[in-house]
Amino acid sequence: MRPISLMAVPLTSSISRNSETRVTTAKRIHDTQMKRSRVIPGFGLSLGIVLTSLSLIVLIPLSALVFKAAGVGPSGFWYIASSPRVIKALHVSFETSLFAALFNAPVGLLIAFVLHRYRFPGRAILNAAIDLPFALPTAVAGISLAAVYGPHGPLGSVFAGLGIKTAFNPTGITIALIFIGLPFVVRTVQPVIDEIERETEEAAALLGATPFRTFLSIIFPAILPALLTGFALALARGVGEYGSVIFIAGNLPMISEIAPLLIVIKLEEFDYGGATVIGTLMLVISFALLFGINLLERSARKHFGHD
Amino acid sequence: MTEIQLKDPMRDPIGWKKEDERPRLDGGPIVAGLLISLTAILIIGIIGLPLFAVFAAVLTAGAAEISATLTDPDTLAALRLTLLIAAIAVPTNGLIGLAAAWAVTKYEFPGKTLLMALIDIPFSVSPVVAGLVYVLLFGAQGLFGSWLDAHNIKIIFAVPGIALATLFVTFPFVARELIPLMQAHGKLDEEAALTLGASGWTVLFRITLPKAKWGLLYGLLLCNARAMGEFGAVSVVSGHIRGLTNTLPLHVEVLYNEYQFKASFIVASLLASLALVTLILKSAVEYFGRDAEATNPIIEAQN
Repeated sequence: MRPISLMAVPLTSSISRNSETRVTTAKRIHDTQMKRSRVIPGFGLSLGIVLTSLSLIVLIPLSALVFKAAGVGPSGFWYIASSPRVIKALHVSFETSLFAALFNAPVGLLIAFVLHRYRFPGRAILNAAIDLPFALPTAVAGISLAAVYGPHGPLGSVFAGLGIKTAFNPTGITIALIFIGLPFVVRTVQPVIDEIERETEEAAALLGATPFRTFLSIIFPAILPALLTGFALALARGVGEYGSVIFIAGNLPMISEIAPLLIVIKLEEFDYGGATVIGTLMLVISFALLFGINLLERSARKHFGHD
Repeated sequence: MTEIQLKDPMRDPIGWKKEDERPRLDGGPIVAGLLISLTAILIIGIIGLPLFAVFAAVLTAGAAEISATLTDPDTLAALRLTLLIAAIAVPTNGLIGLAAAWAVTKYEFPGKTLLMALIDIPFSVSPVVAGLVYVLLFGAQGLFGSWLDAHNIKIIFAVPGIALATLFVTFPFVARELIPLMQAHGKLDEEAALTLGASGWTVLFRITLPKAKWGLLYGLLLCNARAMGEFGAVSVVSGHIRGLTNTLPLHVEVLYNEYQFKASFIVASLLASLALVTLILKSAVEYFGRDAEATNPIIEAQN
């Protein structure tokens, strides 16, 4: 899993703007590079296919959302956005995603670390199983999570004995989002852990550091940016998740109704304006969150200097 | 023969006499045992149990019930539609992904980073919103709704809408696998072939594709799993018309909401088997792909 490239637009151009001559020289070099790189044919065709399909499938439909939201008008937009049911649904979606991602960050880190450090029978199968939530259709995950964590399910009954209700409430939603989000954290952290040199840790150990101290000072700083990326991906996925959640959520308005479900309900009532406003809000908040965490990740990368 | 032997002076600069003289990093057998058990419990508990639950529910159903569910006309119609959608979405996305990877890795052009970010957009959009945007465009009250109605073209609550929504959510899958791989392969081989007189298509089919085939296969595999399993986006545009616009995941939901839990889990087990096959093929592709990369001279030279 690559880090989020959505916001990774370079902030500075590689061409220095200090003096006129340097600019022209750089531009000339740049131009010749451009020319040389286009020796390979097919630039127009391949870029044409990408831009056409990207516009038709993704960009134009998404701009229809913005267009429709603009058509609702500021006061109409505010009226829908400030309704208690919409606010509560967004609140439930973001809160449960946040809790799930906060659970998944340390757990995913532990799993990635143990799978990297130790060799034991069954390791390969456990490692492959991590990807199951990517491959399992969300509706299947939804009904089976409801079966496992429902009041009569194998885990649901255990938790019920402890007085914890694990289905048909926000806890159930969080559980579904933990299932969906875990591979994002593990698969983002894993390649970075693999890169840490064993010798660095050995040096720390020889210098008298305890394993805990080595983990805190050597391993953790190196993987923090990747951990943040994994956290952000899990969070973003959780906010938009629908199929795995609706079967276990109970879908009680004002209690366990998630924002994507409210969009579906509005559409079934032919309230296109309402659906559009909620969709736009989700889109904007998700992009803002991803952008914020991307900044955080960059500063972590800069601080600990691990590129 | 000296006592100190360096197997690999780069990896072992100090020259540990024996492996067990190196500092222990695993924290001893007790810590190791505890950590491994904890990891196994977490993975099996969080990820494994739901999968077991599907197959356990099927095992409690009788053979008669299983065959009745699987030969039900609605189930068969859902299966056919799911296969049709995958047959549309997977090759289309394969072509788009290949074009995207070719454009991004073979040329320099302004806005390349932006293009890559735009290709990734569907990953950060909720599937429900992906369905919603098509309803806003082609639905009865949508921008083109009345025009489509006048010309008697059905997109929403019909197969074209389901195909479009599936194309949206799977859009980045192939491109995202191919771009880093083809970036690593560089373009020296392609340029060499061109100077020797090969045509662009020959270069694509004889050089680029053979080198990137495992990455392409990997992307197509993930794309297929998502196309067959997509629920949220398809649910919004399908209208849940039994026998006509129900895909397998939607059929699972319909049966479940009608309290036909056994039948629902039987259909779900089909999709769960698809997921298992995907995981096994994925591991195989990773295994063979890594082998192919290891023997790739260009990658070796770059490292």
